[in-house]
Amino acid sequence: MNRSADALLAPLTAAMAGAAALLLAGMLGFLLAESWPALAHGGWLRFVGLAWYPLEGHFGLAAMCIATLAVAALAILLAAPLGLACALFARFQAPPALAAGFRGLLALMAGVPSVVYGFWGLTVLVPLVARWQPPGASLFTAGLVLALMILPTVALLAHAALAAVPRSLLDGAAALGLTQRATLLKVAVPAARRGIAGGVLLGLARALGETMAVLMVAGNVVQLPASVFDPVRVLTANIALEMAYATGTHRAGLFVSGLLLALLVLGLAWFAARLEPRHA
Amino acid sequence: MHSVPGDRLFGLALWGAALSVAAVFAWLFVDLARLGLGALSWDFITTAPENAGRDGGIASILVSTLLILGVAVGVAAPVGLGAAVWLNTYTRAGGGTGRRIRLALDGLAGMPSIVFGLFGNAFFSVYLGLGFSILSGGLTLAAMILPVFIRTVEAGLGAVDDGWRRGAAALGLTQSAALAHVILPAAAPAIGAGLMLGIGRAAAETAALIFTSGYVDRMPESLSDSGRALAVHIYDLSMNVAGGDTHAAASALVLVALVACANLLAVALSRRLLTRRLAL
Amino acid sequence: MNPHTLGCIEAGTPCCVPVPHLSIENLAVSYGDTPVLSDVSLDIYKGCITALIGPSGCGKTSFLNALNRLTDLIPGARVEGRLRLVDGANSLDLLDPGLDVRALRRRVGMIFQRPNPFPLSIRRNLELPLREHGMRRADALAHKIETALSDVGLWEEVRDRLDAPALALSGGQQQRLCIARALVLEPEILLMDEPCSALDPIASGVVEEMIQSLSGRYTVVIVTHNLAQARRIGNYAAFFWMRERIGQLVEFGRCRQIFDAPVHPATAAYIGGMRG
Ligand SMILES: Nc1ncnc2c1ncn2[C@@H]1O[C@H](COP(=O)(O)OP(=O)(O)OP(=O)(O)O)[C@@H](O)[C@H]1O
Ligand SMILES: [Mg+2]
Repeated sequence: MNRSADALLAPLTAAMAGAAALLLAGMLGFLLAESWPALAHGGWLRFVGLAWYPLEGHFGLAAMCIATLAVAALAILLAAPLGLACALFARFQAPPALAAGFRGLLALMAGVPSVVYGFWGLTVLVPLVARWQPPGASLFTAGLVLALMILPTVALLAHAALAAVPRSLLDGAAALGLTQRATLLKVAVPAARRGIAGGVLLGLARALGETMAVLMVAGNVVQLPASVFDPVRVLTANIALEMAYATGTHRAGLFVSGLLLALLVLGLAWFAARLEPRHA
Repeated sequence: MHSVPGDRLFGLALWGAALSVAAVFAWLFVDLARLGLGALSWDFITTAPENAGRDGGIASILVSTLLILGVAVGVAAPVGLGAAVWLNTYTRAGGGTGRRIRLALDGLAGMPSIVFGLFGNAFFSVYLGLGFSILSGGLTLAAMILPVFIRTVEAGLGAVDDGWRRGAAALGLTQSAALAHVILPAAAPAIGAGLMLGIGRAAAETAALIFTSGYVDRMPESLSDSGRALAVHIYDLSMNVAGGDTHAAASALVLVALVACANLLAVALSRRLLTRRLAL
Repeated sequence: MNPHTLGCIEAGTPCCVPVPHLSIENLAVSYGDTPVLSDVSLDIYKGCITALIGPSGCGKTSFLNALNRLTDLIPGARVEGRLRLVDGANSLDLLDPGLDVRALRRRVGMIFQRPNPFPLSIRRNLELPLREHGMRRADALAHKIETALSDVGLWEEVRDRLDAPALALSGGQQQRLCIARALVLEPEILLMDEPCSALDPIASGVVEEMIQSLSGRYTVVIVTHNLAQARRIGNYAAFFWMRERIGQLVEFGRCRQIFDAPVHPATAAYIGGMRG
């Protein structure tokens, strides 16, 4: 190791950092370039409609956008309170050995591939729901599977945030004679709200961007759902289903929906960044 | 402690939430095991798939998966390490360039995997002419795991005691020597954790691979051959192959085990690295 | 004998012939736009122990950091004035931007308040700086390591476990290891920033005795809040004080004079306050 190694260090590592950051720009650039044929002809208005018949020139993304948002909303509505409850349980309620085991289970589940959740949803949940509300593959089932998939992440991040709440704050609340419920809900959770909200936003981003788990259980019919038990097709699933054979404007149309997803998630990330305290 | 009735109820609710979540996860595992354990054997691991995967095993698919992972980690680890070193060493807390790069990385980290799939297809497969290949898939996954890896390592480097840096400088060590012998070994656990996160995510990935590394289930002969990853195999068996559920479940068990092992291995490795350094 | 040896020095008495080793004129340090130290001029004498005393925040650490250009590591830190390392007829401008700081830091070692042995084995802690400065031969390395460890009185304590992690040592042993790590490079000057303040009284006593044994062989600049210690080990003392939030050198002289007959009222008050 000599001085010449040092002279190389800064430019070399800077180039690597730059390359990593340029990936984002490159990605957006490529998405835009590939979308161009569809965007250039007919403008963005053609993507607003409900009808998706790309081979006949109908590129309406509205139904799939709405389905995407609905599935993600259902998932986060289920996963956020349950995940927070699990985090509170593991942090404050469970005996230490059980808490460690439970956290281990959550960590294991957080690592389970989404395709496995999808597979289980397809073989177990869909038939189960179908007996009650046919056809089974639906917005509802997709929401359930997604909720299950993001719950460990939400719970683990909420747990980390709760673990960072100083003991003295909780002891102070207890010393005031607050009940455990009040201590947890009025002191611990508000003190950890940033971390918890960050976890929920991350869960939401994952739910919006998930492909396989939804694709396998949502039924994939392009329509505005009349009830939660109707099959729907989300944006990500649409890409996965049609990319294999799409050419020309059709392919470009798929890239448009990819671009839309990217912008949606970037917006979410921007929002999450604003939640964080400055100079954290 | 729990004399207040409301408090008791609250505690019970937490227990209820945690138990039901644990029960659902147990249900999922039991189903997977019930379906797939019967098909799981040494032969399953070591023979090639036949009859679209209904029969035979997953040997070629495991090889493709490991090759894709190898490419992804082989590219992401050095680039990510360099980028993290640069961010940690040469950017200041309030500095503009560093902040912008970190923002870009955070945006990249939240991108849906299907968007990476689109980008990988457009850039690696088509633009660079790599086609549907293990190389395309691996590079796409490298791009996908890079941001999280960088941020984890950077956080680890930031946690390294400043006294060591100043001590190294006061001894007239070069920056490269300080990094190689003191700082990076001290940050080994974070590097291991970052790798673990990356490998876990890459091994679980499906959507980013279907249009980059493809579906071909033959034994790959080189990195420019198409190769089917395990997650893609599960997807294909459960969605497109009638009667593929048993082997899909067995593959899912293998995949979950693989991801879990990768995680444990990375943790153990980072510990080993640290203790070896200590003993040198 | 070591070329820097000027003979035995009794604590508190002047060195035989004061020969400047570091010559400091109008030194000023600022962080960003905030000046923290200004107008410091003094000579650090070869082979002597110079104790820096003064209240917290008056810039003693900043002063030490300027002497071996460790201020380079602090973003926004600026050092102005004249700072020269005198070596016979030659003198080296330490504030020259083109200076080889690695070579400088090899000649001017530093010990920090909190012991900072690297998370490596005891042996590797000493080997690393030697290897990085180009020494490769195994027998020479082993010899230097033994000498340095003996110099700080650690050899007997650790000779059987040189490959044990340095962080497993006690605080006092860690600090002596850090001193050995600086000594192994055979520096001319040692800068010490409150080297005993993180240690218990016994360990502190051991380190203090060890530092005293360095006098004559090395030029030592030591910051300490322990006035009794400064008095015990210093040949010269420099008293820093704050005026309008900026640190300044108020009085410099022989240790005995500063403690027994301080000229400046602030010095007298500070020493008197500490005594009372
Ligand atoms: N990196 C820095 N950036 C900005 N200001 C600093 C920095 N380091 C020190 N200062 C300020 O410079 C002044 C002098 O600090 P310095 O550490 O040199 O004092 P000191 O005499 O060593 O104090 P102590 O006896 O407590 O160690 C203080 O006001 C401190 O707040
Ligand atoms: Mg200080």
